[in-house]
Amino acid sequence: MSSVTLTRNRAWLQEYGVYLAVAVLVLFNVVFTENFLSAANFRTQLVQAAPVCVVALGMALVIGTEGIDLSVGSVMSVAAALIPLYLGAGPLTAVIVAVIAGLVSGLFSGFLVAHLGIQPIIATLALLVGGRGIALVIAHGQLVQLHNPDFLALGTGDVLGVPIMVLVAGVLAVLTGFLVQRTTFGRQLVAIGGNRAASTLAGLPVKRVLVGVYVISGALAAVAGILATARLGASDPNDLGLLMELSAITAVVVGGTPLTGGRVRVLGTVFGALLMQLVNATLIKHDLPASAAQMVQAAIIVAAVYVARERSSR
Amino acid sequence: MTATTSARNAALAGVLQRQGAAVVLVLGIGLAWISFPRFGSADNLRDLALQSSFLAVIALGMTFVIISGGIDLSVGSNYALGGVLAAYGAQYGLLVAILLPLAVCSLIGLVNGLLIARTGMAPFIVTLASLLFARGLLLALTSEGATTYKVDGGSALLWLGQGTIFGVGVPVYLALILFGFGSVLLRRTRFGQSLFAIGGAEQSSLLMGLPVARTKIAIYTLSGALAGFAGILTAAYLQSGVTVIGVGTELDAISVVVIGGTLLTGGAGTVIGTLVGVLLRTLIQNVINQIGTLDSNYQTVVSGAFLLIVVVIQRLLARSRN
Repeated sequence: MSSVTLTRNRAWLQEYGVYLAVAVLVLFNVVFTENFLSAANFRTQLVQAAPVCVVALGMALVIGTEGIDLSVGSVMSVAAALIPLYLGAGPLTAVIVAVIAGLVSGLFSGFLVAHLGIQPIIATLALLVGGRGIALVIAHGQLVQLHNPDFLALGTGDVLGVPIMVLVAGVLAVLTGFLVQRTTFGRQLVAIGGNRAASTLAGLPVKRVLVGVYVISGALAAVAGILATARLGASDPNDLGLLMELSAITAVVVGGTPLTGGRVRVLGTVFGALLMQLVNATLIKHDLPASAAQMVQAAIIVAAVYVARERSSR
Repeated sequence: MTATTSARNAALAGVLQRQGAAVVLVLGIGLAWISFPRFGSADNLRDLALQSSFLAVIALGMTFVIISGGIDLSVGSNYALGGVLAAYGAQYGLLVAILLPLAVCSLIGLVNGLLIARTGMAPFIVTLASLLFARGLLLALTSEGATTYKVDGGSALLWLGQGTIFGVGVPVYLALILFGFGSVLLRRTRFGQSLFAIGGAEQSSLLMGLPVARTKIAIYTLSGALAGFAGILTAAYLQSGVTVIGVGTELDAISVVVIGGTLLTGGAGTVIGTLVGVLLRTLIQNVINQIGTLDSNYQTVVSGAFLLIVVVIQRLLARSRN
């Protein structure tokens, strides 16, 4: 009896835990943090969560297929390195080139995973290591200040009062949700993550879907790299996207997507990204150092996976 | 006739898969020796050995973990933490400088092992969390990375990193001794045999009554301890607890283990292969340095490409064997 209740509670916690945690944290801040309820602060929190959120959306799809994409941080830095080279031809060209770089990188890891059968963790690890090297070679290891106002507007501007970064992240989240819930591709993706052998036998285009998932993840990482660069006002291939793979995976896992695949929770992922941002902001606002924030983040990851474990092991 | 040929091909593929890295290493050393006059100098070779020894110690622990079918992403942070604790402990004497980092890093490894073995959480995510935790602890200890503990010039600890025996650095001997122990542990003990069994088929091992949980816990503790030990050596070598080292070291360690022929799926691998992998990696860096005109950032590009090539070849060889 009690074990049934326990399992049910855990299931509930995995399903809604992230929303509960965000709500609790917001409530805590409303009561204990000065100026938390101001519109400016609200904007800051959302803007800062946007790049992680965009990367995490792609990561959620990859994890849904029982894969992992460690290359996202390096893809961000490649995107950042390319922007100053093409900004002379206009911001649109620079953005397109950067996104194409993300697509190509995703195509590459997708090919390795789907067609050569290399484990995702290793295929994307190689790209993580090599990708940042490529970015640094492109940029000669230099940080470049950017001055193109149209491009910088991506990071600082807003439309109808909503910051462009938040708008982009929101639109991408809706599109990803649509992709997962309403398209054949989404259903195939979830089926492949749930049982790859059965999906192959059922005649699903396993390889094509896998490649597609990594391509999407690469493109989204590039978009995050573009947004973060625009906000920074500089192309910083050395530091941009460092440890981003960890933040993104955390957001996905905390959001209730199991690492074992077969399930993608888009809204949970968005809230996972928000939660991690709020945790950091809360600790910083209460004068706790970044080191404490890291240790808390570690505890949250363990707790989230612990809760998810009961469910997936059933 | 064709059957014999394909059997011979399969055998050849097997040998290549296991010894491929060694072949490339020998060829690479030969080429570098011919192409760069300074490569073969005693100084450069000593450097090569010394540079390899720190990563080698970390990769030894990683080899065990990967053979067990797991992965340990926390080694880079543990390595840096070990270094900081060693430099911090050095002010209280040699014993503290060695025991403090070993104790803390083993403890982190132990917690990794307990969470993985007792709750069935994925190794990758547990050690990812401890990567963050150990790095956070390091930052908390060093006032957010602003304090760098220096090892006093007269400290006996320095010998561990800077001392030489017959002209070769002490870390090289220590790494070799550890690899000797590691090889015996893996090949000649019940523990090593259980490890292969667990990595190959965990369920069967469990049914056979092997101490699966205990073995896993021991492996992650060992990995933490070895990473901490590499940190001690590095602190002794650099005379300080540098806070920024070890970022991405877990990836280097995984790369060299895989390059050395250990299968990421677990159940197969050798300690010697890992040593070859480490040497190969140092060789590549060294050659890029010898070329001199090459942007040093090409190092990581080459490392990444090399890892990929090795994995792809391994994969193709494995396919042709089946």
